[in-house]
Amino acid sequence: MFAAPFDYARPKTLDEALSLLSKHGDEARLLAGGHSLIPAMKLRLAQPRLVVDIGRLDGLRQIEARDGRLAIGAMVTHAEIAASRTLADLCPLLVEVASAIGDLQVRNKGTIGGSLVHADPAGDWPAAILALDAEIEIAGPQGRRTVTAGAFFTGILETAVKPGEILCEIRVTAAAASAYVKTEQKASGFALCGVAAVVDATARRVRVGITGVAPVPYRAAAVERALEGQALAEGSLAAAAGQAAAGVTPLADIHASADYRAHLARVNTARALQRAASR
Amino acid sequence: MASPVQIRVTINGTLHTHEVEPRLLLVHYLREVCGLTGTHVGCETSLCGACTVLVDGKAVKSCTMFAVQADGCALTTIEGLAVNGDLHPVQEGFWERHALQCGYCTPGMVMTAVQLLADRKRPTREEIAHALRGNLCRCTGYTHIIDAVEHAAARR
Ligand SMILES: Cc1cc2nc3c(=O)[nH]c(=O)nc-3n(C[C@H](O)[C@H](O)[C@H](O)COP(=O)(O)OP(=O)(O)OC[C@H]3O[C@@H](n4cnc5c(N)ncnc54)[C@H](O)[C@@H]3O)c2cc1C
Ligand code: FES
Ligand code: FES
Repeated sequence: MFAAPFDYARPKTLDEALSLLSKHGDEARLLAGGHSLIPAMKLRLAQPRLVVDIGRLDGLRQIEARDGRLAIGAMVTHAEIAASRTLADLCPLLVEVASAIGDLQVRNKGTIGGSLVHADPAGDWPAAILALDAEIEIAGPQGRRTVTAGAFFTGILETAVKPGEILCEIRVTAAAASAYVKTEQKASGFALCGVAAVVDATARRVRVGITGVAPVPYRAAAVERALEGQALAEGSLAAAAGQAAAGVTPLADIHASADYRAHLARVNTARALQRAASR
Repeated sequence: MASPVQIRVTINGTLHTHEVEPRLLLVHYLREVCGLTGTHVGCETSLCGACTVLVDGKAVKSCTMFAVQADGCALTTIEGLAVNGDLHPVQEGFWERHALQCGYCTPGMVMTAVQLLADRKRPTREEIAHALRGNLCRCTGYTHIIDAVEHAAARR
């Protein structure tokens, strides 16, 4: 299996990468961990003429914690997040998501930024990014802009990152009371249904992000509304979780029917909320 | 047309310098350009793990990486584990615990286990199974492979 021929560039700085993208337009494609792009290139679903490898750019590889806020560079790998002590303490959801992705080799190469931009409907990160209400910083030829998680996922495999732009950083407020519960497709590890929950017991509020169920990952708005201002007891969490697929048309394929995905959304939401609340 | 790129890669302690086509996969570079055929090609679709090698100490599926991405890196393949004919503890574990039948998956299994044991001194059976999830075996049923990695961890 060989990809179509391409030229290869490995810029050292973000500016250099951005100018390569401006110069080559549609013909150029960024390469991060390569674990979505390379399989697609081997199948010739993607045939870029120029591959711009951002694997050695400085400044996109750090995890920073400051005043309850966390900043994660786009090129941080799933494995680095899974192994981060800082994140395990401050935001266990991120560690649980990273550890549940694919397998060790995939986690060693795949990046959070690449996953988010690829926006696979069965990818794991979107659930967490939605539940944490993340801010996503994007660099482009005109400078930097910030997009909120709610405006980031625009369609199947589509995001707010435009051609010529580079996702640089993901920023979230640390949430110790958070958890991820996933039912995976056994062969690939991708999510049939992944639910990320963040519980704020003081403000009596929860946020729930769900991936794998609908064509585009979503916030379970009905669940969140049902629990607004409620004492977050086990019974009320379970009852609210019953609305995890309300208003959603679930995906159906050879791996799971629409009914089964909706069922998983309800069950995993109950479990994720309970685990988050217990932290 | 795509221009070839010069790469310098240290493999099992020896520096290799070659001009390669950017689309050349690392696994084909290792097998066909460097003659290191111990690394196997199973599925070529990122699923089986037979092609696993260590890149800067991390287990990577070499069918899902271009050789150009390895420029400047230090690689270890199955050929690099034994020292003066003495097997690596993981290889010894596979020998002692009969952890292979046809042997096709073995190089990849061993390389992934080597990273696991570098990260964790005494992994549990569950942790071993979790770490080896990206390595498929059509023969053994996995139990003996987990035994082998446990054996290696205990022997160090
Ligand atoms: C066997 C296997 C199992 C997997 N299992 C799972 C799983 O269980 N759950 C899961 O979520 N994922 C899974 N994945 C996907 C994996 O997480 C990928 O690593 C991820 O989807 C893409 O990240 P990457 O860094 O490899 O990106 P790449 O493949 O390098 O890039 C993906 C796309 O994003 C673009 N891109 C990358 N980085 C940026 C950036 N910073 N700014 C702008 N554009 C960018 C690229 O141009 C490309 O179009 C699996 C993959 C494999 C091969
Ligand atoms: S040959 Fe690389 S994963 Fe199967
Ligand atoms: S021993 Fe035959 S595939 Fe594992």
